[in-house]
Amino acid sequence: MEDNSLNYQIFVVNSAKYLTLTTTKYDRRKKYLPIDPKEVRSIIPGSIIDILVTPGQVLKAGEVLLILDAMKMYTQIEMPFDGVIKSIHIEKGDRIPKNTVMITIE
Amino acid sequence: MSFKRNILDLRKRKKEAQQGGGEKAIEKQVAMGKKTARERIKAILDENSFHEYDLFVEHTGRDFDMEKKVLHGDGVIIGTGTMYNQPVAIYAQDFTVAGGSLGLMHARKITKIMDHALKMRVPLIGINDSGGARIQEGVNSLAGYGEIFYRNTIASGVIPQISVILGPCAGGAVYSPALTDFVFVVENISKMFITGPGVIKSVLGEEISMEELGGAMVHSEITGNAHFFARSEDECFAQIKKLITFIPWNNAQKALKFPIQEPKITKSIEEIVPVDPHNPYDIRDIIKAVTDGSDFFEIMEYFAKNIVIGFGRIQGNTIGFVANQPMYLAGVLDCDSSDKAARFIRYCDAFNIPIVTLEDMPGYLPGVDQEHAGVIRHGAKLLYAYSEATVPKVTVIIRKAYGGGYIAMNSRHLGADFVFAWPTAEIAVMGPEGAANIVFKKEIDEAENPAEMRKQKIQEYKDKFANPFVAASKGYIDEVIEPSETRARLIHSLEVSGSKVDQRPAKKHGVPPF
Repeated sequence: MEDNSLNYQIFVVNSAKYLTLTTTKYDRRKKYLPIDPKEVRSIIPGSIIDILVTPGQVLKAGEVLLILDAMKMYTQIEMPFDGVIKSIHIEKGDRIPKNTVMITIE
Repeated sequence: MSFKRNILDLRKRKKEAQQGGGEKAIEKQVAMGKKTARERIKAILDENSFHEYDLFVEHTGRDFDMEKKVLHGDGVIIGTGTMYNQPVAIYAQDFTVAGGSLGLMHARKITKIMDHALKMRVPLIGINDSGGARIQEGVNSLAGYGEIFYRNTIASGVIPQISVILGPCAGGAVYSPALTDFVFVVENISKMFITGPGVIKSVLGEEISMEELGGAMVHSEITGNAHFFARSEDECFAQIKKLITFIPWNNAQKALKFPIQEPKITKSIEEIVPVDPHNPYDIRDIIKAVTDGSDFFEIMEYFAKNIVIGFGRIQGNTIGFVANQPMYLAGVLDCDSSDKAARFIRYCDAFNIPIVTLEDMPGYLPGVDQEHAGVIRHGAKLLYAYSEATVPKVTVIIRKAYGGGYIAMNSRHLGADFVFAWPTAEIAVMGPEGAANIVFKKEIDEAENPAEMRKQKIQEYKDKFANPFVAASKGYIDEVIEPSETRARLIHSLEVSGSKVDQRPAKKHGVPPF
């Protein structure tokens, strides 16, 4: 909506400070968080069909962790590198949004 | 034997068909705060100018008991009429008839009027108010959409295409408006989305209202799908009638010339802009200070507010304005503002509308989100659009013109015909603060008082480079002008560009970064 309050803010571009208003879309932007390879996240929203591992389990890269049903497809989520399952944050049958941390590995 | 019987029969049939979905359905439509399809057409066109075709078309559905249903006009009204006594083609989906759903014959009616509009080189106005594909007609509905999209594309850049969203416009249907030049939306009435709230909830568990997902303000402010936002249908129709005064009827014509008016703005142009380049002002005041009657018709007012686009007139002729807006995000270029301006520049170029660029911009918006959102390829659209445009192109640099943004904002190097700069212009690789940190890093770091040294070096850089004279000495700027001369300079430069010819190598089409 139109900003009538004229709430000017300091905005820095190339070391220079400008007095300006921001936009709703700018205010709503998400802060960037570096990707943590130890977190297995959903890259698409869907339902957890099956979880094939348990905490403490030692796995090799490529072994299947769980099956995610998304857009009418069953997708196998694989272990990204050799490691141990630290914790599981989802349950069978859960419906999860995009970017949910499903499993933490070490 | 007389014609009377036949004529009476025809009148009866017409009357029945013109009722659309009947009284109850019309009551429902009105209860939603909406006008009927017929009222909408009447409100847009000149009085008594509408001529309808295909009133007696019947749908062809033969499954799911559809053969027993009568759908008057198959849920869409098509015809021709005039606006300001100039011919236009129009269609309006009738939500009272089977929810305005699109079946084979419904689509055939639309494509018939589209073909007519293209052949006759007149603007096409489409009023969308439809529940979507008529599921009972299966793939025929999809075929219908595809044939509409194809025509939208073929007609693009030949005739103006205006989409008015006055109801739901969901699923595949959204792509016809998206392919057209101008999309009008109305608060609480327009709803556009690919996947509705119901599906989103059942599949993803995310709850959102229709208005929040794809309402008029969302498309005006967040997605950039809509160009004009109105609070009522009447306001929307007034906007359409205003827009149409600025644009030519087809790509072989120029927009109608209006009587010349002096700007109405009384404030002197120098009073509008703070000399300190870090302080904001509303660039629209500058546009109003140079346009006839200070009449500036802004497009996409709510989306990417850091750049302003729209039409105004100079000496009675339509001009497309592109201007950085220091009031929002300091007027930076970013993904959305580049995209917004680039499409507008291409519209102006396609329809013989000269472009005036007002520049006051500190560079590109920094941030991971911008880089990852593709500011490189979105920013490239702006370079492409300016370079490609062969209409007269004039730039006025008001204050900041730094780095890549200086090049992008219709610089001499991209083919500007005239580039003027105010004495307050700073044309440099970057602002003095950033530049001093790099150029004089060693001196600043080694100084006894780095802060003081930094200040000194910023001033040194400012004196040397933060002005228009370095660029003027190379001829990159044609003339450094006094702010009060701006309108006169624009008038003259546009006048002498009146018969501009800019031949380009023959090609099928370029490959712009979209």
